Amino acid sequence: MNWTKKDLLSLYDLSAEEIQHILDTAAEFKKVSERRVKKVPALRGKTVVNFFVEPSTRTRTSFELAEQRLSADIINIAASSSSLSKGETLLDTTKNIEALQVDIIVMRHSAAGAHNFLADKLKCGVVNAGDGAHSHPTQALLDIFTILEKKGKIEGLNVSIIGDILHSRVARSNIWGLLKLGANVTIGGPATLVPKDFAKIGVRVCDNLKEAVEGADVVNLLRIQHERQKAAFFPSINEYANIFGLNEETIKYLKKDALVMHPGPINRGVELASSIADGPQSVILEQVTNGLAVRMAVLYLVAGAL
Amino acid sequence: MKTTTVPLFKEKDMDFMIANIAESILSKLTKNKLKDLAFIGIQIRGVPLADRIAEVISKKTGITPPVAMLDISMYRDDIGIRKTLPHIHITDVPFDLDEKIIILVDDVLHTGRTIRAALDAITDYGRPDYIRLAVLIDRGNQEFPIKADYIGETITISDDKLVSVLCLETDNKNGVYILPAKIGEGELIK
Repeated sequence: MNWTKKDLLSLYDLSAEEIQHILDTAAEFKKVSERRVKKVPALRGKTVVNFFVEPSTRTRTSFELAEQRLSADIINIAASSSSLSKGETLLDTTKNIEALQVDIIVMRHSAAGAHNFLADKLKCGVVNAGDGAHSHPTQALLDIFTILEKKGKIEGLNVSIIGDILHSRVARSNIWGLLKLGANVTIGGPATLVPKDFAKIGVRVCDNLKEAVEGADVVNLLRIQHERQKAAFFPSINEYANIFGLNEETIKYLKKDALVMHPGPINRGVELASSIADGPQSVILEQVTNGLAVRMAVLYLVAGAL
Repeated sequence: MKTTTVPLFKEKDMDFMIANIAESILSKLTKNKLKDLAFIGIQIRGVPLADRIAEVISKKTGITPPVAMLDISMYRDDIGIRKTLPHIHITDVPFDLDEKIIILVDDVLHTGRTIRAALDAITDYGRPDYIRLAVLIDRGNQEFPIKADYIGETITISDDKLVSVLCLETDNKNGVYILPAKIGEGELIK
C-alpha cells in the first residue's frame, strides 16, 4: 500500500491496512537500533520540533531518540518556555514554528482534538504524542507491535485493558487499533472509571477483575493516577490494589502464556505487583524498545507524505 | 529498442548470464580468499539473483558463500520528493561484514542512485575489505560515477523505457522485459 497521510492524529482515522503498514515498517526500523551504527539517513535535512505543551519524559525521549536515529534535526519546546505562557494562541505558536521551515511537529497537548484542529491549518506534518483523554496513537501502535511480535497475530486474541479507562488516551487508542485488527477487547476496573458506553463500539465492559481477565491472551494495565483519588473515583489506593491489582494470585486467571503490559510509569504494588512486573510474562521493557521503532516508522512515513 | 511483451532475455539467457558472472568472480579470487566471499542482494530482485550466483559458486567450489538481503529505502535521497515511499522490504545481514569480500548484486544498473544508497548502508553494517558490483543488466545512463564490475548483458535503451527483470522466486517467472516506463512492472506480473 502507499502511505499518503502527512499527519498521525489517531488510530481511529486509520484503516487496518494502514495500521499494518506502520507495524511492518516498524519491524525494519527496529533492526536499525540493533546494529553497530544505530542510525540511518532517512530524515537527513528534515527538521522536527518536539512541542510538548503537556509535560512528558518517556514519550518525548523516545521521539527524540527516534528522530536522532533517522538523522533529523531536532528542536524541543516545552510549554513553560513557549509563548503560550505569554498568551499566544496555539495556532499562532505552531504557525511560527512552521515559518521556520519545520517539516514535522510532534506535539503533546492537554486538549483533546488539538492536533485535529492544527493538521488542516499547517502544511507541515503533525504527529500526535498525546492529546487529553483522546488519543495516543504511537503508544497503542507500540503496544500492538509488541503483541504481534510475541503472539504472531492480533485477530482473535483476547486483550483486557484494566484501570482508569475514563481518563486514558492509551486505552482509547488501543481499543481503536485492536478492534480494527480483529482482537476481542475487554475493559475492566472500578465502575466509576470504566464507562459503560464503550460497549457500543464493541468492547466488553467489566467491573470485576476476574471476569475481565479470565482467559486473556494479553492484559494491559494502566497506571492508577494518585491525583485522581482526590476526586473519589475509588475509596483508597489500597482498596484498588486489593480488588483490581494484578498479583501472584490474580495472574492465575489469565492464560498461562498471557502477556502482561503496562505503558508506564508503574505504581508498583498498586495496579501491578513487583513480582509480576519483573516476571516472565511481563513485556514492559520490550514495549519501551518497540516504542522507538514504531516512532521511527511513523516519522519516516509522515516525512514521505509531505 | 522497442517495448516487448515477449522477453528480451529468456530464462536460459538469464542462467547463462548468472553462470558467466559467477565464473568471472571466481577468476579474480585466489583460493584462500574464497572463504571471505559474501553476497549482498538488493531488494527485491537482487536477492534471488545473489542466491543464484552463490549457488553456482557453491556447486563449482564446494564452498557456499553467505548471502545477505538489503533494502535501501532508509538510505534513499528522494524521501519527500517521490510521491509515495516504496514499501520497505526485509533487511537481513546475518554475518559480520568486516574484512569480507562483498559482491553487491542488483537486477538493473541505471542511474546508480540505488547503488550509492546501498554503499552507504553497507558501511553502516561493517567494514568490508572491498566491495564489487554485479548486475544482470547494465542499461547505461548512470547519473552517478558508478560502474558495475560484473555484468550479465549491456543494453542501450532510452529513458522512457523500463527494464524489468522477473525472477521465479519473486514473480513466478524468469525473464527480462522492456516496458514503457509509465506502466511499471506490477502490471506485467499480473
